Amino acid sequence: MEPIDINKVQTELERFLNKDVYVHLETTNGAYASHFDEKAYNVGAFIRNAKVNYNHAKIVGSGNAFRVGLKLDLGWVYAEGVSQYEVDEKNRLLMAGHDREGRLMVALEISETPFKN
Amino acid sequence: MEKHVVLIYPHPDDEAFGASGTIAKFRNEGVPVTYLCGTLGEMGRNMGNPTFANRETLPEIRKKELIDACNVLDVDLHMLGYRDKTLEFESRQEIAEHLKGILEEIKPSLVITHHPEQAVHPDHNALGAAAVEAVRLIDESERPKLWVQAISQNHVEVLGDPDIVLDITPFFKTKMDTILAHRSQAQGVLGSMDKEKVDMEEIAKHRLGTERFYTWNF
Repeated sequence: MEPIDINKVQTELERFLNKDVYVHLETTNGAYASHFDEKAYNVGAFIRNAKVNYNHAKIVGSGNAFRVGLKLDLGWVYAEGVSQYEVDEKNRLLMAGHDREGRLMVALEISETPFKN
Repeated sequence: MEKHVVLIYPHPDDEAFGASGTIAKFRNEGVPVTYLCGTLGEMGRNMGNPTFANRETLPEIRKKELIDACNVLDVDLHMLGYRDKTLEFESRQEIAEHLKGILEEIKPSLVITHHPEQAVHPDHNALGAAAVEAVRLIDESERPKLWVQAISQNHVEVLGDPDIVLDITPFFKTKMDTILAHRSQAQGVLGSMDKEKVDMEEIAKHRLGTERFYTWNF
């Protein structure tokens, strides 16, 4: 992955406009957060292969803190804190944000074909 | 001497941090060891530092790391094909039957897994519970011994002291090599164990010089 270039990612997001696409959306602070710090909470959520069709998309932000919003007929897909991206060999748009130690904190991925289950 | 030891853990690297010294000790005695690894750690947070994996490449990377680690330990590997983070939602009975079928083929004298309630990660507890159930389902005359590993901060308060405490320092190099085979995970996991130290080997010696298990009594 490489640091987000806002114009390039905006173009990539628009590549999927008005198409049925599969989304992987995830946020996590790990299963060990409260094990290593009793004051911490374990929180996380993921949805894998949600099939959506968005008619408007935008990436906003700067530096290492970007937000992405995908507008659906009946709602939104939203991710905050993505800072890196990649278009992989399957032409999928992968975006993620990591902490200082390289641990994933948030991911938003868009694909025209289902992600491996 | 054990006839055959089977290790049942959910994630590539659980064997490295939890039991690689014990495994090395058994292999040094010539005891065959088989690792039944539940998932590929598909949902792991560590992507290498600096990052070289992403959510979609991580499973294949961790699969290769797992194979490398099993080569370091010289153990047979059997990947069970479940998905990271989902083991607690699967049918415990189905997983237990799956494990029992494999155990009946291998006929081990000892099975090692996580404690079903004191192993912190929900996958550890869930696969541990299924493994305990699988061993329980085996006829008493054929049933292997069972050791469970507890890693919660307060497990000694809850369970008392473990009865199996192995000094694995003679096999520390093998343990370290096994941990480092998990290239995407080693530094992140060791770093989170001790934020004061930066040297991975120093952290590992301090934290990982003994391996402890509780004998499970049915």
